[in-house]
Amino acid sequence: MTRYIIKRLLMAILTVFIVATLTFFLMNAVPGGPYEAEKAISPQARAALEAKFGLDQPLFKQYLTYMKNILHGDFGPSLKQRGREVIDIIMSKFPVSAKIGGIAVMVAMLVGIPVGCIAALNRGKFSDSAIIVIATIGIAVPSFVVCSLSMYFFGVKLKWLPTVGLTTWKHYIMPVFALSFYPTAYIVRLMRSSMLDVLGQDYMRTARAKGVSWFVSLFKHALRNAILPIITYVGPMTAYTLTGSFIVEKVFTIPGLGGEFVSSITNRDYMMIMGTTIFLATLMVFINFLVDVVYKIIDPRINLS
Amino acid sequence: MKKNPLSLQLNTDDFLPASEEEKQSLIIMRESVSFWKDSMRRLLKNKVAMVSLFFIILIMFFSFIVPSFYPYSYSQQQKGAENLFPMTYSKAEMERMEAGEKVFPHFLGTDKLGRDYAVRVMVGSRISLTVGLVAAVIILVIGSLYGSIAAFFGGWVDIIMMRIVDIIYTIPDVLLIVLLSFALKEPLNKLSERASFRWIGVVGPNLVSIFIVFALLYWVGMARIVRSQVLVLRESEYVTAARALGAGNGRIIRKHLLTNCIGTLIVTTTLQIPSSIFTESYLSFLGLGVAVPLPSLGSLASTAINGMATYPYLLIAPSVLISLIILSFNLFGDGLRDAFDPKMKK
Repeated sequence: MTRYIIKRLLMAILTVFIVATLTFFLMNAVPGGPYEAEKAISPQARAALEAKFGLDQPLFKQYLTYMKNILHGDFGPSLKQRGREVIDIIMSKFPVSAKIGGIAVMVAMLVGIPVGCIAALNRGKFSDSAIIVIATIGIAVPSFVVCSLSMYFFGVKLKWLPTVGLTTWKHYIMPVFALSFYPTAYIVRLMRSSMLDVLGQDYMRTARAKGVSWFVSLFKHALRNAILPIITYVGPMTAYTLTGSFIVEKVFTIPGLGGEFVSSITNRDYMMIMGTTIFLATLMVFINFLVDVVYKIIDPRINLS
Repeated sequence: MKKNPLSLQLNTDDFLPASEEEKQSLIIMRESVSFWKDSMRRLLKNKVAMVSLFFIILIMFFSFIVPSFYPYSYSQQQKGAENLFPMTYSKAEMERMEAGEKVFPHFLGTDKLGRDYAVRVMVGSRISLTVGLVAAVIILVIGSLYGSIAAFFGGWVDIIMMRIVDIIYTIPDVLLIVLLSFALKEPLNKLSERASFRWIGVVGPNLVSIFIVFALLYWVGMARIVRSQVLVLRESEYVTAARALGAGNGRIIRKHLLTNCIGTLIVTTTLQIPSSIFTESYLSFLGLGVAVPLPSLGSLASTAINGMATYPYLLIAPSVLISLIILSFNLFGDGLRDAFDPKMKK
């Protein structure tokens, strides 16, 4: 077990390292330095700026410095938002994204798991077919479609919900809905098939034959086993909600990290792009790592390596 | 002949030549059903898959064939015909109609530059479909080659190759796709200026960068599936039996490995198409997809958001179409899976 955890941890660190390296060299491969889009600046000022940010040094040396700084949590200064450190921007924006993402993940689980169970228990009936149809459509609809159409119908047409910003609880409804749409549909399908699988198992019949009530057998035997695949989905789901927020935050103009990432790309704020990419990648890789370890603890039968 | 019941003498009647009637009964009534025929039969019976296939063909017809003879082109701007509502005409067109000329209606109106929106949506779905299909082929080629090489050589080669796959698998894909398509934009623009790389300019640098991104990142799933499939098949009894009967490597690969893999390959490739389309529309929506004036369903929706209070159909048309495309491919892929591999059916 310890060996497994160490192995997975090393893999995770290696992945983060590769992503950081890749990001650094990709950003430096983009022709035109970070100041290219600015108004024409004098060669002296340019040289001074480059010296300040260490851009006059050979690339490999820059790389070493950058990697060393990252380890200290220093992602360098933002090139477009003068006087602000990338890490400060990330730390001020990330909680907003994390809050919406966290609520969306909870909504997806709280809706997806029961609905999936209901579908499985009513197999073949009308409610089951209706749930499958809705979930199948839910998987096919891209997040930007959910965002923009819900914004049109609930925000512009019916005027029920505000469309911009994030001040009252009402502002949260649409972004959370849009963000949890796909994961919910996915969980419903996953839960249904896994529940059907479990319900057909011998130990379920044994439990019923022993005289365990339907309710207890459902919760103690079926649900416990059927929920395992959902846990594996938590990792990808977190990745999805974090990256899905690029679109959601852009459409609903939410001051979160996803929107910040998109605007840093349009503004060519290299330091910001690098910092955000490495930060988000690290986060996702470690969430995946945690999920894998938790899964291994819960279900020792699974051999992930 | 009368027979003593206790005698061991054989009944000579049993050794008479068979009559024509008896011979007929021994002939196999039906031809044996081949793997392909059996799968196709199952597929044709699947109503959902057939309806999806019909939609896919319909959308392909409208996006690849109709724009070539459509009276408007996707980049043609008509002065005075800006922001027309569906089925309405501009002043100039009204005058022409009064003069007895026939004017082709704008089924979905026009956008703010006076371009016919219906043809833009059609060309947009052409981009989406092209991306989906080309990406699927790229992924199929790279993934299946990589996976089968890893499985074929085994040992150290396999371990190292699969570690690389594991690492690419854990890299958050959307993040890297956004980053790569941003980083590749400029170099490809530069490259397309050279004579031998003119084709990049024709296809569009952004489209090429999307393909490169898919080629770099998305084949890992395919590689894993192919590898595990080949590993299982290589060890299976009938391959051993074929080898014992003297079949060479070439025959085993052709007759046993390939034919048994092909179902999985087709299914995985088909299910890859919608996910590529998904990603392309995502990138286009963020402004990292195809470049103007070429439309894509993602960029059309993204532009339409600003004016959605007045012109909601500009938003709804591409949104519904992309959902329909992805849904059809998903359902058709599911149908293929059920047809080619009934064991996987849930």
